[in-house]
Amino acid sequence: MARTLDQIFILFKDWIVSFLPSSLQPVAGVILGVIGILAVFPTLFALTTVFERKGLARMQNRLGPNRVGPFGFLQPIADGIKALTKEDVVPFSADNFVHFLAPLVLVVAVFMGFAILPVGRNMQLVDMDAGLLFFFAMGASTEISIFMAGWSSRNKYSLLGAMRAVAQMISYEIPLLLSSIAVVMITGSLSLPKIVAAQAGYTGIWPHWYVFTPWGFGAFLMFAVAAMAETNRTPFDLPEGESELVAGYFTEYSGFKFALFFLGEYLGMFSISGIAVTLFLGGWAAPFSFLTWVPSWIWFFAKVMTAIFVFIWVRGTLPRVRQDQLMNFAWKFVLPYTLLVLFVTALWRFMGEGWERWVVCSAILIVAYVIMGRLQMSRRKFAPRSYRYAE
Amino acid sequence: MSPVFYFLAALTVAGGLAAVLLRNLVHCALAVTVSFAGLALLFLSLDAQFAGFAQILIYIGAVAILVVFAILLTRGAELPGGAIFSRTWIAGLVIAAGVFALLGWAVIESARALPTYAAAPTVSVHDIGLALVGRYVLPLEIVALLLTSATIGAVIVAMHEKEPSR
Repeated sequence: MARTLDQIFILFKDWIVSFLPSSLQPVAGVILGVIGILAVFPTLFALTTVFERKGLARMQNRLGPNRVGPFGFLQPIADGIKALTKEDVVPFSADNFVHFLAPLVLVVAVFMGFAILPVGRNMQLVDMDAGLLFFFAMGASTEISIFMAGWSSRNKYSLLGAMRAVAQMISYEIPLLLSSIAVVMITGSLSLPKIVAAQAGYTGIWPHWYVFTPWGFGAFLMFAVAAMAETNRTPFDLPEGESELVAGYFTEYSGFKFALFFLGEYLGMFSISGIAVTLFLGGWAAPFSFLTWVPSWIWFFAKVMTAIFVFIWVRGTLPRVRQDQLMNFAWKFVLPYTLLVLFVTALWRFMGEGWERWVVCSAILIVAYVIMGRLQMSRRKFAPRSYRYAE
Repeated sequence: MSPVFYFLAALTVAGGLAAVLLRNLVHCALAVTVSFAGLALLFLSLDAQFAGFAQILIYIGAVAILVVFAILLTRGAELPGGAIFSRTWIAGLVIAAGVFALLGWAVIESARALPTYAAAPTVSVHDIGLALVGRYVLPLEIVALLLTSATIGAVIVAMHEKEPSR
Protein backbone atom coordinates (compact mmCIF):
# COMPACT_ATOMS: atom_id res chain seq x y z
CA MET A 1 0.00 0.00 0.00
CA ALA A 2 2.74 2.44 1.01
CA ARG A 3 4.62 1.44 -2.11
CA THR A 4 1.60 2.16 -4.33
CA LEU A 5 1.01 5.52 -2.68
CA ASP A 6 4.66 6.41 -3.11
CA GLN A 7 4.54 5.69 -6.84
CA ILE A 8 0.93 6.74 -7.39
CA PHE A 9 1.73 9.49 -9.91
CA ILE A 10 4.05 7.22 -11.88
CA LEU A 11 1.41 4.48 -11.96
CA PHE A 12 -1.21 7.03 -13.03
CA LYS A 13 1.04 8.24 -15.84
CA ASP A 14 1.73 4.68 -17.01
CA TRP A 15 -2.01 3.94 -16.93
CA ILE A 16 -2.85 6.94 -19.14
CA VAL A 17 0.05 6.25 -21.49
CA SER A 18 -0.99 2.60 -21.89
CA PHE A 19 -4.06 3.72 -23.88
CA LEU A 20 -1.86 5.12 -26.62
CA PRO A 21 -0.04 3.23 -29.41
CA SER A 22 3.48 2.26 -28.38
CA SER A 23 5.13 4.66 -30.86
CA LEU A 24 3.56 7.64 -29.08
CA GLN A 25 4.17 6.42 -25.54
CA PRO A 26 7.57 8.05 -24.78
CA VAL A 27 6.38 11.43 -26.10
CA ALA A 28 3.13 11.15 -24.17
CA GLY A 29 5.04 10.32 -20.99
CA VAL A 30 7.16 13.44 -21.32
CA ILE A 31 4.12 15.61 -22.11
CA LEU A 32 2.31 14.30 -19.04
CA GLY A 33 5.36 15.10 -16.93
CA VAL A 34 5.46 18.64 -18.29
CA ILE A 35 1.74 19.05 -17.60
CA GLY A 36 2.37 17.87 -14.06
CA ILE A 37 5.05 20.50 -13.52
CA LEU A 38 2.95 23.22 -15.16
CA ALA A 39 0.00 22.32 -12.95
CA VAL A 40 1.66 21.71 -9.59
CA PHE A 41 4.08 24.59 -9.22
CA PRO A 42 1.82 27.49 -10.26
CA THR A 43 -0.85 26.07 -7.91
CA LEU A 44 1.75 26.02 -5.19
CA PHE A 45 2.56 29.61 -6.15
CA ALA A 46 -1.07 30.64 -5.68
CA LEU A 47 -1.19 28.96 -2.28
CA THR A 48 2.13 30.49 -1.27
CA THR A 49 0.99 34.05 -2.00
CA VAL A 50 -1.83 33.64 0.52
CA PHE A 51 0.44 31.82 2.92
CA GLU A 52 3.01 34.60 2.67
CA ARG A 53 0.50 37.43 3.11
CA LYS A 54 -1.16 35.71 6.06
CA GLY A 55 2.19 34.81 7.62
CA LEU A 56 3.63 38.31 7.20
CA ALA A 57 0.43 39.78 8.57
CA ARG A 58 0.68 37.57 11.63
CA MET A 59 4.30 38.64 12.17
CA GLN A 60 3.32 42.29 11.83
CA ASN A 61 0.32 41.96 14.13
CA ARG A 62 -2.43 42.48 11.56
CA LEU A 63 -4.98 40.24 9.85
CA GLY A 64 -3.92 39.98 6.22
CA PRO A 65 -6.32 39.03 3.41
CA ASN A 66 -9.59 37.83 4.95
CA ARG A 67 -12.40 38.82 2.56
CA VAL A 68 -12.36 36.36 -0.36
CA GLY A 69 -13.46 32.87 0.64
CA PRO A 70 -12.87 31.22 4.01
CA PHE A 71 -10.06 33.09 5.85
CA GLY A 72 -9.15 34.79 2.57
CA PHE A 73 -7.87 31.61 0.97
CA LEU A 74 -9.53 32.33 -2.39
CA GLN A 75 -7.59 35.61 -2.68
CA PRO A 76 -5.23 34.25 -5.42
CA ILE A 77 -8.24 33.54 -7.66
CA ALA A 78 -9.37 37.14 -7.29
CA ASP A 79 -5.82 38.31 -7.94
CA GLY A 80 -5.60 36.12 -11.04
CA ILE A 81 -8.87 37.46 -12.47
CA LYS A 82 -7.72 40.99 -11.76
CA ALA A 83 -4.38 40.44 -13.49
CA LEU A 84 -6.07 38.87 -16.53
CA THR A 85 -8.66 41.60 -16.99
CA LYS A 86 -6.41 44.58 -16.36
CA GLU A 87 -5.36 46.77 -19.24
CA ASP A 88 -1.88 45.98 -20.51
CA VAL A 89 -0.15 49.36 -20.44
CA VAL A 90 3.10 49.71 -22.37
CA PRO A 91 4.98 53.01 -22.02
CA PHE A 92 4.98 55.16 -25.15
CA SER A 93 8.76 55.27 -25.51
CA ALA A 94 9.33 51.67 -24.46
CA ASP A 95 11.06 49.19 -26.71
CA ASN A 96 7.95 47.19 -27.58
CA PHE A 97 9.51 43.93 -28.70
CA VAL A 98 12.02 43.56 -25.86
CA HIS A 99 9.42 44.76 -23.37
CA PHE A 100 7.11 41.98 -24.53
CA LEU A 101 9.81 39.32 -24.63
CA ALA A 102 11.32 39.87 -21.16
CA PRO A 103 8.62 38.22 -18.97
CA LEU A 104 8.37 35.29 -21.39
CA VAL A 105 12.12 34.63 -21.30
CA LEU A 106 12.06 34.80 -17.50
CA VAL A 107 9.17 32.37 -17.04
CA VAL A 108 10.47 29.91 -19.64
CA ALA A 109 13.96 29.84 -18.13
CA VAL A 110 12.57 29.40 -14.62
CA PHE A 111 10.25 26.58 -15.70
CA MET A 112 13.12 24.79 -17.43
CA GLY A 113 14.88 24.49 -14.07
CA PHE A 114 12.14 22.18 -12.79
CA ALA A 115 12.91 19.59 -15.45
CA ILE A 116 15.80 18.06 -13.50
CA LEU A 117 14.31 18.34 -10.00
CA PRO A 118 13.67 14.91 -8.43
CA VAL A 119 10.38 15.59 -6.60
CA GLY A 120 10.01 11.98 -5.43
CA ARG A 121 11.29 8.47 -5.93
CA ASN A 122 11.49 7.97 -9.75
CA MET A 123 9.69 11.29 -10.20
CA GLN A 124 12.01 13.32 -12.37
CA LEU A 125 11.28 14.60 -15.86
CA VAL A 126 14.82 14.29 -17.27
CA ASP A 127 17.72 12.47 -15.66
CA MET A 128 20.73 14.34 -16.97
CA ASP A 129 24.36 13.53 -16.43
CA ALA A 130 24.98 17.25 -15.92
CA GLY A 131 21.71 18.04 -14.13
CA LEU A 132 23.11 20.53 -11.64
CA LEU A 133 24.96 22.38 -14.37
CA PHE A 134 21.72 22.56 -16.37
CA PHE A 135 19.93 24.08 -13.40
CA PHE A 136 22.54 26.80 -12.91
CA ALA A 137 22.66 27.50 -16.66
CA MET A 138 18.90 28.14 -16.61
CA GLY A 139 19.25 30.26 -13.49
CA ALA A 140 21.91 32.35 -15.19
CA SER A 141 19.73 33.04 -18.21
CA THR A 142 17.09 34.72 -16.05
CA GLU A 143 19.54 37.59 -15.53
CA ILE A 144 19.38 38.63 -19.15
CA SER A 145 15.57 38.72 -19.00
CA ILE A 146 15.68 40.99 -15.95
CA PHE A 147 18.03 43.30 -17.78
CA MET A 148 15.72 43.25 -20.83
CA ALA A 149 12.75 44.20 -18.66
CA GLY A 150 14.58 47.04 -16.97
CA TRP A 151 16.19 48.49 -20.06
CA SER A 152 13.23 48.25 -22.43
CA SER A 153 10.89 50.10 -20.07
CA ARG A 154 12.72 53.41 -20.61
CA ASN A 155 12.27 54.33 -17.00
CA LYS A 156 15.06 55.33 -14.65
CA TYR A 157 13.65 53.27 -11.79
CA SER A 158 13.37 50.20 -13.98
CA LEU A 159 16.91 50.58 -15.28
CA LEU A 160 18.34 51.17 -11.80
CA GLY A 161 16.45 48.16 -10.49
CA ALA A 162 17.69 45.98 -13.32
CA MET A 163 21.31 47.08 -12.85
CA ARG A 164 21.07 46.39 -9.14
CA ALA A 165 19.43 43.01 -9.76
CA VAL A 166 22.02 41.90 -12.29
CA ALA A 167 25.00 43.08 -10.21
CA GLN A 168 23.58 41.30 -7.18
CA MET A 169 22.76 38.10 -9.04
CA ILE A 170 26.22 37.90 -10.59
CA SER A 171 27.89 38.51 -7.22
CA TYR A 172 25.88 35.88 -5.39
CA GLU A 173 25.93 33.33 -8.18
CA ILE A 174 29.59 32.56 -7.44
CA PRO A 175 29.05 31.47 -3.80
CA LEU A 176 25.88 29.67 -4.91
CA LEU A 177 27.85 27.59 -7.43
CA LEU A 178 30.86 27.09 -5.17
CA SER A 179 28.82 25.88 -2.21
CA SER A 180 27.06 23.32 -4.38
CA ILE A 181 30.43 22.22 -5.75
CA ALA A 182 31.22 21.01 -2.22
CA VAL A 183 28.37 18.51 -2.57
CA VAL A 184 29.57 17.53 -6.05
CA MET A 185 33.07 16.92 -4.67
CA ILE A 186 31.78 14.45 -2.08
CA THR A 187 29.24 12.73 -4.36
CA GLY A 188 31.41 12.68 -7.45
CA SER A 189 28.45 13.40 -9.71
CA LEU A 190 26.44 16.30 -11.10
CA SER A 191 23.36 14.14 -11.46
CA LEU A 192 20.69 14.98 -8.88
CA PRO A 193 19.32 11.43 -8.37
CA LYS A 194 22.85 10.28 -7.59
CA ILE A 195 23.23 13.10 -5.06
CA VAL A 196 19.96 12.02 -3.41
CA ALA A 197 21.08 8.37 -3.44
CA ALA A 198 24.40 9.32 -1.82
CA GLN A 199 22.49 10.74 1.16
CA ALA A 200 20.27 7.66 1.62
CA GLY A 201 20.51 5.43 4.69
CA TYR A 202 20.22 6.01 8.41
CA THR A 203 22.41 5.69 11.49
CA GLY A 204 19.97 4.64 14.19
CA ILE A 205 17.02 6.90 13.34
CA TRP A 206 19.13 9.76 11.98
CA PRO A 207 19.58 10.29 8.23
CA HIS A 208 22.91 10.77 6.42
CA TRP A 209 22.07 14.18 5.02
CA TYR A 210 24.94 16.41 4.02
CA VAL A 211 23.69 19.23 6.20
CA PHE A 212 24.59 17.14 9.26
CA THR A 213 28.31 17.20 8.44
CA PRO A 214 30.54 20.20 9.29
CA TRP A 215 31.31 21.08 5.67
CA GLY A 216 27.71 20.43 4.65
CA PHE A 217 26.38 22.75 7.33
CA GLY A 218 28.75 25.52 6.28
CA ALA A 219 27.97 25.04 2.61
CA PHE A 220 24.23 24.94 3.35
CA LEU A 221 24.35 28.25 5.21
CA MET A 222 26.26 29.92 2.39
CA PHE A 223 23.91 28.36 -0.17
CA ALA A 224 20.91 29.66 1.73
CA VAL A 225 22.29 33.21 1.87
CA ALA A 226 23.20 33.16 -1.81
CA ALA A 227 19.82 31.67 -2.73
CA MET A 228 18.03 34.44 -0.88
CA ALA A 229 20.05 37.04 -2.75
CA GLU A 230 19.63 35.21 -6.04
CA THR A 231 15.83 35.25 -5.78
CA ASN A 232 15.87 38.94 -4.74
CA ARG A 233 14.15 38.30 -1.43
CA THR A 234 14.35 40.45 1.68
CA PRO A 235 16.91 41.27 3.13
CA PHE A 236 18.40 41.35 -0.38
CA ASP A 237 15.44 42.85 -2.23
CA LEU A 238 17.17 46.06 -3.29
CA PRO A 239 16.30 45.51 -6.97
CA GLU A 240 12.66 46.07 -6.13
CA GLY A 241 13.05 48.22 -3.03
CA GLU A 242 9.60 49.80 -2.89
CA SER A 243 10.72 52.85 -0.94
CA GLU A 244 13.39 53.78 -3.49
CA LEU A 245 12.56 52.28 -6.87
CA VAL A 246 8.74 51.88 -6.99
CA ALA A 247 8.95 48.22 -8.03
CA GLY A 248 12.39 47.96 -9.62
CA TYR A 249 12.73 46.36 -13.00
CA PHE A 250 9.02 45.60 -13.44
CA THR A 251 7.74 49.07 -12.57
CA GLU A 252 6.40 49.57 -16.10
CA TYR A 253 4.64 46.23 -16.37
CA SER A 254 0.94 45.84 -15.74
CA GLY A 255 -1.74 43.22 -16.04
CA PHE A 256 -0.67 39.72 -16.87
CA LYS A 257 2.94 40.57 -17.67
CA PHE A 258 3.28 41.82 -14.11
CA ALA A 259 1.72 38.57 -12.92
CA LEU A 260 4.30 36.67 -14.99
CA PHE A 261 7.15 38.45 -13.21
CA PHE A 262 5.52 37.67 -9.90
CA LEU A 263 5.14 34.03 -10.95
CA GLY A 264 8.75 33.91 -12.12
CA GLU A 265 10.00 35.21 -8.78
CA TYR A 266 8.07 32.63 -6.79
CA LEU A 267 8.89 29.77 -9.13
CA GLY A 268 12.54 30.76 -8.76
CA MET A 269 12.11 30.44 -5.02
CA PHE A 270 10.55 26.99 -5.39
CA SER A 271 13.22 25.69 -7.72
CA ILE A 272 16.13 26.99 -5.68
CA SER A 273 14.56 25.58 -2.50
CA GLY A 274 14.12 22.30 -4.34
CA ILE A 275 17.80 22.29 -5.28
CA ALA A 276 18.82 23.15 -1.71
CA VAL A 277 16.63 20.30 -0.42
CA THR A 278 18.14 17.91 -2.96
CA LEU A 279 21.73 18.92 -2.31
CA PHE A 280 21.78 19.20 1.45
CA LEU A 281 18.54 17.89 2.97
CA GLY A 282 18.37 14.43 1.43
CA GLY A 283 15.92 15.24 -1.37
CA TRP A 284 12.77 13.16 -1.05
CA ALA A 285 14.12 10.97 1.76
CA ALA A 286 12.29 10.81 5.09
CA PRO A 287 13.89 12.68 8.02
CA PHE A 288 13.72 9.66 10.38
CA SER A 289 14.09 5.99 9.60
CA PHE A 290 10.68 5.16 11.14
CA LEU A 291 8.91 7.58 8.78
CA THR A 292 9.97 5.96 5.51
CA TRP A 293 6.43 4.68 4.91
CA VAL A 294 5.24 8.22 4.11
CA PRO A 295 5.33 8.79 0.30
CA SER A 296 8.55 10.40 -0.93
CA TRP A 297 6.82 13.28 -2.74
CA ILE A 298 5.15 14.37 0.49
CA TRP A 299 8.58 14.72 2.07
CA PHE A 300 9.95 16.68 -0.86
CA PHE A 301 7.11 19.18 -0.86
CA ALA A 302 7.11 19.40 2.94
CA LYS A 303 10.79 20.30 2.87
CA VAL A 304 10.31 22.83 0.08
CA MET A 305 7.44 24.49 1.89
CA THR A 306 9.51 24.63 5.08
CA ALA A 307 12.21 26.40 3.10
CA ILE A 308 9.58 28.81 1.72
CA PHE A 309 8.39 29.45 5.26
CA VAL A 310 11.96 30.35 6.24
CA PHE A 311 12.07 32.77 3.30
CA ILE A 312 8.85 34.42 4.55
CA TRP A 313 10.05 34.40 8.13
CA VAL A 314 13.29 36.14 7.20
CA ARG A 315 11.32 38.65 5.16
CA GLY A 316 9.17 39.43 8.16
CA THR A 317 12.18 39.75 10.45
CA LEU A 318 15.15 41.43 8.80
CA PRO A 319 15.49 44.96 7.39
CA ARG A 320 16.77 45.54 3.87
CA VAL A 321 20.54 45.88 3.52
CA ARG A 322 22.23 48.76 1.73
CA GLN A 323 23.92 48.36 -1.65
CA ASP A 324 27.46 48.67 -0.27
CA GLN A 325 26.67 46.29 2.58
CA LEU A 326 25.27 43.82 0.07
CA MET A 327 28.41 43.84 -2.07
CA ASN A 328 30.80 43.83 0.89
CA PHE A 329 28.96 40.89 2.37
CA ALA A 330 29.15 38.94 -0.89
CA TRP A 331 32.80 39.56 -1.72
CA LYS A 332 34.37 39.90 1.72
CA PHE A 333 32.48 37.30 3.71
CA VAL A 334 30.39 34.84 1.71
CA LEU A 335 32.89 34.20 -1.07
CA PRO A 336 36.02 33.65 1.13
CA TYR A 337 34.01 31.50 3.52
CA THR A 338 32.67 29.39 0.66
CA LEU A 339 36.22 28.87 -0.61
CA LEU A 340 37.20 27.75 2.88
CA VAL A 341 34.26 25.35 2.92
CA LEU A 342 35.54 23.90 -0.35
CA PHE A 343 38.95 23.38 1.23
CA VAL A 344 37.41 21.75 4.30
CA THR A 345 35.34 19.51 2.04
CA ALA A 346 38.50 18.27 0.37
CA LEU A 347 40.04 17.69 3.81
CA TRP A 348 36.94 15.75 4.88
CA ARG A 349 37.15 13.63 1.74
CA PHE A 350 40.78 12.65 2.30
CA MET A 351 40.92 12.29 6.08
CA GLY A 352 39.00 9.01 5.94
CA GLU A 353 36.42 7.66 8.36
CA GLY A 354 36.73 8.37 12.05
CA TRP A 355 35.97 11.02 14.63
CA GLU A 356 39.13 13.11 13.93
CA ARG A 357 37.73 14.64 10.78
CA TRP A 358 34.62 15.77 12.62
CA VAL A 359 36.73 17.64 15.16
CA VAL A 360 39.25 19.10 12.70
CA CYS A 361 36.70 20.22 10.09
CA SER A 362 34.29 21.71 12.63
CA ALA A 363 37.13 23.51 14.39
CA ILE A 364 38.45 25.08 11.17
CA LEU A 365 35.01 26.28 10.11
CA ILE A 366 33.96 27.67 13.49
CA VAL A 367 37.28 29.43 14.14
CA ALA A 368 37.29 30.94 10.65
CA TYR A 369 33.69 32.10 11.05
CA VAL A 370 34.42 33.82 14.34
CA ILE A 371 37.67 35.43 13.15
CA MET A 372 36.20 36.69 9.86
CA GLY A 373 33.15 38.06 11.60
CA ARG A 374 35.20 39.83 14.27
CA LEU A 375 37.63 41.34 11.75
CA GLN A 376 34.89 42.74 9.58
CA MET A 377 32.95 44.10 12.52
CA SER A 378 36.05 45.80 13.92
CA ARG A 379 36.80 47.49 10.62
CA ARG A 380 33.37 49.09 10.54
CA LYS A 381 33.70 52.82 10.71
CA PHE A 382 30.84 55.17 11.44
CA ALA A 383 31.57 57.86 8.89
CA PRO A 384 29.72 59.34 5.94
CA ARG A 385 29.47 56.86 3.11
CA SER A 386 31.85 57.26 0.20
CA TYR A 387 30.77 56.03 -3.21
CA ARG A 388 33.93 55.04 -4.94
CA TYR A 389 32.47 53.96 -8.27
CA ALA A 390 29.26 55.96 -8.43
CA GLU A 391 30.25 59.60 -8.08
CA MET B 1 22.44 17.03 -41.27
CA SER B 2 19.01 17.03 -39.72
CA PRO B 3 16.38 19.78 -39.92
CA VAL B 4 17.23 20.59 -36.31
CA PHE B 5 20.78 21.41 -37.34
CA TYR B 6 19.59 23.71 -40.14
CA PHE B 7 17.17 25.47 -37.83
CA LEU B 8 19.82 26.04 -35.16
CA ALA B 9 22.42 27.09 -37.70
CA ALA B 10 19.98 29.61 -39.17
CA LEU B 11 19.20 30.91 -35.68
CA THR B 12 22.89 31.31 -34.84
CA VAL B 13 23.76 33.03 -38.10
CA ALA B 14 20.70 35.29 -37.91
CA GLY B 15 21.69 36.31 -34.38
CA GLY B 16 25.21 37.08 -35.52
CA LEU B 17 24.02 39.10 -38.53
CA ALA B 18 21.53 41.03 -36.43
CA ALA B 19 24.31 41.84 -33.97
CA VAL B 20 26.25 43.48 -36.78
CA LEU B 21 23.39 45.14 -38.65
CA LEU B 22 21.10 46.54 -35.94
CA ARG B 23 21.39 50.22 -35.07
CA ASN B 24 20.79 50.10 -31.34
CA LEU B 25 23.79 48.80 -29.37
CA VAL B 26 21.68 47.08 -26.71
CA HIS B 27 19.70 45.31 -29.44
CA CYS B 28 23.02 44.15 -30.88
CA ALA B 29 24.05 42.75 -27.50
CA LEU B 30 20.74 40.90 -27.20
CA ALA B 31 21.16 39.55 -30.75
CA VAL B 32 24.60 38.24 -29.78
CA THR B 33 22.88 36.47 -26.89
CA VAL B 34 20.52 34.78 -29.34
CA SER B 35 23.49 33.60 -31.32
CA PHE B 36 25.17 32.28 -28.14
CA ALA B 37 21.98 30.40 -27.34
CA GLY B 38 21.90 28.93 -30.84
CA LEU B 39 25.48 27.77 -30.43
CA ALA B 40 24.66 26.19 -27.06
CA LEU B 41 21.73 24.34 -28.62
CA LEU B 42 24.02 23.15 -31.43
CA PHE B 43 26.37 21.69 -28.81
CA LEU B 44 23.40 20.01 -27.14
CA SER B 45 22.17 18.57 -30.42
CA LEU B 46 25.64 17.01 -30.77
CA ASP B 47 25.18 15.38 -27.32
CA ALA B 48 27.85 17.59 -25.78
CA GLN B 49 25.97 18.36 -22.58
CA PHE B 50 28.85 19.87 -20.69
CA ALA B 51 29.89 22.22 -23.49
CA GLY B 52 26.28 23.25 -24.12
CA PHE B 53 25.43 24.07 -20.52
CA ALA B 54 28.77 25.72 -19.90
CA GLN B 55 28.12 27.85 -22.98
CA ILE B 56 24.76 28.97 -21.55
CA LEU B 57 26.14 29.52 -18.06
CA ILE B 58 29.18 31.51 -19.12
CA TYR B 59 28.19 33.23 -22.35
CA ILE B 60 24.54 34.06 -21.66
CA GLY B 61 24.90 34.31 -17.90
CA ALA B 62 28.12 36.28 -17.75
CA VAL B 63 29.55 37.48 -21.08
CA ALA B 64 26.28 38.89 -22.43
CA ILE B 65 25.65 40.65 -19.13
CA LEU B 66 29.18 42.02 -19.19
CA VAL B 67 28.71 43.37 -22.72
CA VAL B 68 25.43 44.99 -21.75
CA PHE B 69 26.96 46.55 -18.65
CA ALA B 70 29.87 47.86 -20.67
CA ILE B 71 27.46 49.47 -23.15
CA LEU B 72 25.34 51.10 -20.48
CA LEU B 73 28.25 52.29 -18.36
CA THR B 74 30.25 53.83 -21.20
CA ARG B 75 28.43 55.35 -24.13
CA GLY B 76 24.86 54.83 -23.10
CA ALA B 77 22.30 53.30 -25.37
CA GLU B 78 21.77 56.36 -27.58
CA LEU B 79 21.31 55.70 -31.26
CA PRO B 80 24.36 56.58 -33.34
CA GLY B 81 23.80 59.67 -35.49
CA GLY B 82 25.57 58.76 -38.70
CA ALA B 83 25.92 55.58 -40.70
CA ILE B 84 26.37 52.35 -38.76
CA PHE B 85 29.19 51.15 -40.99
CA SER B 86 32.59 52.65 -40.47
CA ARG B 87 34.47 53.88 -43.53
CA THR B 88 37.00 51.08 -43.33
CA TRP B 89 34.43 48.30 -43.53
CA ILE B 90 36.16 46.69 -46.49
CA ALA B 91 39.36 46.25 -44.51
CA GLY B 92 37.32 44.83 -41.63
CA LEU B 93 35.63 42.39 -43.95
CA VAL B 94 38.98 41.24 -45.35
CA ILE B 95 40.45 40.72 -41.87
CA ALA B 96 37.35 38.82 -40.70
CA ALA B 97 37.42 36.62 -43.80
CA GLY B 98 41.15 35.99 -43.26
CA VAL B 99 40.67 34.94 -39.65
CA PHE B 100 37.73 32.74 -40.61
CA ALA B 101 39.73 31.10 -43.40
CA LEU B 102 42.66 30.44 -41.05
CA LEU B 103 40.41 28.91 -38.38
CA GLY B 104 38.50 26.86 -40.92
CA TRP B 105 41.72 25.59 -42.43
CA ALA B 106 43.06 24.65 -38.98
CA VAL B 107 39.88 22.79 -38.07
CA ILE B 108 39.71 20.89 -41.34
CA GLU B 109 43.42 19.98 -41.17
CA SER B 110 43.17 18.79 -37.57
CA ALA B 111 40.33 16.44 -38.50
CA ARG B 112 42.81 14.44 -40.58
CA ALA B 113 45.24 14.07 -37.68
CA LEU B 114 42.60 12.65 -35.33
CA PRO B 115 41.82 8.93 -35.22
CA THR B 116 38.50 8.12 -36.88
CA TYR B 117 35.82 6.56 -34.73
CA ALA B 118 33.16 4.28 -36.12
CA ALA B 119 30.60 5.68 -33.71
CA ALA B 120 30.61 8.98 -31.87
CA PRO B 121 32.47 8.48 -28.58
CA THR B 122 30.39 9.07 -25.49
CA VAL B 123 32.11 11.49 -23.15
CA SER B 124 30.51 11.94 -19.76
CA VAL B 125 30.93 15.01 -17.57
CA HIS B 126 32.93 12.78 -15.25
CA ASP B 127 35.53 12.14 -17.98
CA ILE B 128 35.79 15.84 -18.78
CA GLY B 129 36.34 16.63 -15.11
CA LEU B 130 39.05 13.98 -14.79
CA ALA B 131 40.80 15.23 -17.93
CA LEU B 132 40.67 18.84 -16.70
CA VAL B 133 42.28 18.14 -13.32
CA GLY B 134 44.47 15.32 -14.61
CA ARG B 135 46.03 15.60 -18.02
CA TYR B 136 45.20 19.25 -18.68
CA VAL B 137 45.77 20.62 -15.19
CA LEU B 138 48.66 22.86 -16.23
CA PRO B 139 46.77 24.74 -18.98
CA LEU B 140 43.84 25.06 -16.57
CA GLU B 141 46.04 26.63 -13.90
CA ILE B 142 47.68 28.94 -16.43
CA VAL B 143 44.28 30.15 -17.63
CA ALA B 144 43.23 30.66 -14.01
CA LEU B 145 46.33 32.76 -13.28
CA LEU B 146 45.82 34.76 -16.46
CA LEU B 147 42.21 35.52 -15.58
CA THR B 148 43.12 36.47 -12.02
CA SER B 149 45.78 38.87 -13.18
CA ALA B 150 43.36 40.33 -15.73
CA THR B 151 40.80 40.90 -12.96
CA ILE B 152 43.36 42.59 -10.72
CA GLY B 153 44.49 44.73 -13.64
CA ALA B 154 40.91 45.75 -14.38
CA VAL B 155 40.35 46.76 -10.76
CA ILE B 156 43.56 48.81 -10.74
CA VAL B 157 42.57 50.58 -13.98
CA ALA B 158 39.08 51.32 -12.67
CA MET B 159 40.21 52.47 -9.21
CA HIS B 160 40.94 56.17 -9.17
CA GLU B 161 43.41 57.57 -6.67
CA LYS B 162 41.82 58.98 -3.57
CA GLU B 163 42.37 62.71 -3.20
CA PRO B 164 44.75 63.57 -0.37
CA SER B 165 42.67 64.38 2.69
CA ARG B 166 42.38 67.97 3.78
